[in-house]
Amino acid sequence: MLDVSNVYDTFPRFLSGAGVTLGVSLAGFALGTVIALGLLLLARSRLAPARWIAAVYTSFIRGTPLLVQILVVYYALPGLMGIDLSPLVAGVLSLAFNSAAFIAEILRAGLTRIPTGQFEAAKALALPRHVVAFNVILPQLMRNVVPPMVSEFTMLVKASAILSVITVVELTRTAQHVMTETFRPVDAFVTAAAIYFIILYAFSMVARRLEHNDKRAAR
Amino acid sequence: MNDMPETEPAAVEITGLNKWYGDYHALRDIQLSVAPGERIVICGPSGSGKSSLIRCINRLERHDKGSITVEGLELTDDKKRIRTIRREIGMVFQHFNLFPHMTILENCMLAPMSARKLTRPKAEELARRFLGRVHIPEQADKYPGQLSGGQQQRAAIARALCMSPRIMLFDEPTSALDPEIIKEVLDTMIELANDGMTMLCVTHEMGFARQIADRVVFMDHGRIVETAPPGDFFTNPRQDRTRLFLRQLLH
Repeated sequence: MLDVSNVYDTFPRFLSGAGVTLGVSLAGFALGTVIALGLLLLARSRLAPARWIAAVYTSFIRGTPLLVQILVVYYALPGLMGIDLSPLVAGVLSLAFNSAAFIAEILRAGLTRIPTGQFEAAKALALPRHVVAFNVILPQLMRNVVPPMVSEFTMLVKASAILSVITVVELTRTAQHVMTETFRPVDAFVTAAAIYFIILYAFSMVARRLEHNDKRAAR
Repeated sequence: MNDMPETEPAAVEITGLNKWYGDYHALRDIQLSVAPGERIVICGPSGSGKSSLIRCINRLERHDKGSITVEGLELTDDKKRIRTIRREIGMVFQHFNLFPHMTILENCMLAPMSARKLTRPKAEELARRFLGRVHIPEQADKYPGQLSGGQQQRAAIARALCMSPRIMLFDEPTSALDPEIIKEVLDTMIELANDGMTMLCVTHEMGFARQIADRVVFMDHGRIVETAPPGDFFTNPRQDRTRLFLRQLLH
């Protein structure tokens, strides 16, 4: 059974574990979005080799398990590149590399949902390129991609549990530590699960709120 | 009409224009000269190339052969020149293409502020003036989605006018509108025509053509079949193809 006083005693450690989980997920997601923008540019490039790179990258990420990607980044990359990565950095990088492929697809789909008439109107008005990008297209793209981006982020938070294998002390690893010290696996993993759920539920509520606001604002 | 004096170049001069979409020959040897202040109505069956033609004038489509000159400036691949020419040409689309995330006022202010470098107060003054001119000043702070189709199209006309264009292109501006709303848009266009704007309109509204056009251009299969003042065009068309088209349209 759940021992409340045990959970209470170890709770600060869970909170810091949850902080790491959120931190690596957010950092991975942010970096992944930047890489995704690069992928999108490559995929839309006029140069065929650039498009191949984007295609190969995307199919590699989709065609291999995340666990293997994490192990490649943590163990193989330092050997290949001659740089040592801390577990935390390797963790953030592997989450970023992984999510980039999916975020690029979300952005691509979001762009295709913007009617061509929007681009044509912007051209006909002789708007400068940066105005078209930031004032016309980006706000509409945001509206299209917020829901799938939030869902990709929640996937990433859950995926970050796998980082425990390369000793990143995030929420899952914290639970493992607590279990080996207290010999109370139920307390440890139920607490961890509850915290994951609270974090992700909160995000889905925020996402629903954003979507709702958008629907009121336009169209 | 082709012998324009040097001092006043044609608003639009099109010679030997050809365009293909892959194997499909969309525009064939188009010749058309539009004088400043002239109002041209382009009609023809669907797929006849009329939209392609006016979309070439502001480079929404790239032509493959021939030349297009706008106010003495030839349209080339040069991006700066394309932008210069686009600044002088306003365009109104069948589906309005207002920016849905901006209010009507913001829609109208964006181009003057970014492409004409007007200050915000000046752009707002301009936008409100033109929204007044198309008779929807009270809609300024609404979003496009909150307006009727006719109001949206008039807002789109105001947005184009805010760039103070010398030439206006209309690509089937009333085709997406309910019949009872068409008139309010046409009335706005007639007012514009009466103010001396150079206009090229692709439309099936023959009453409108009769009322304001200086010349009606009839196209079929990518060619200009017949060009005539509306009086001649409607009562005494020279070509059999034109007669057939008019018969189908008026019935």
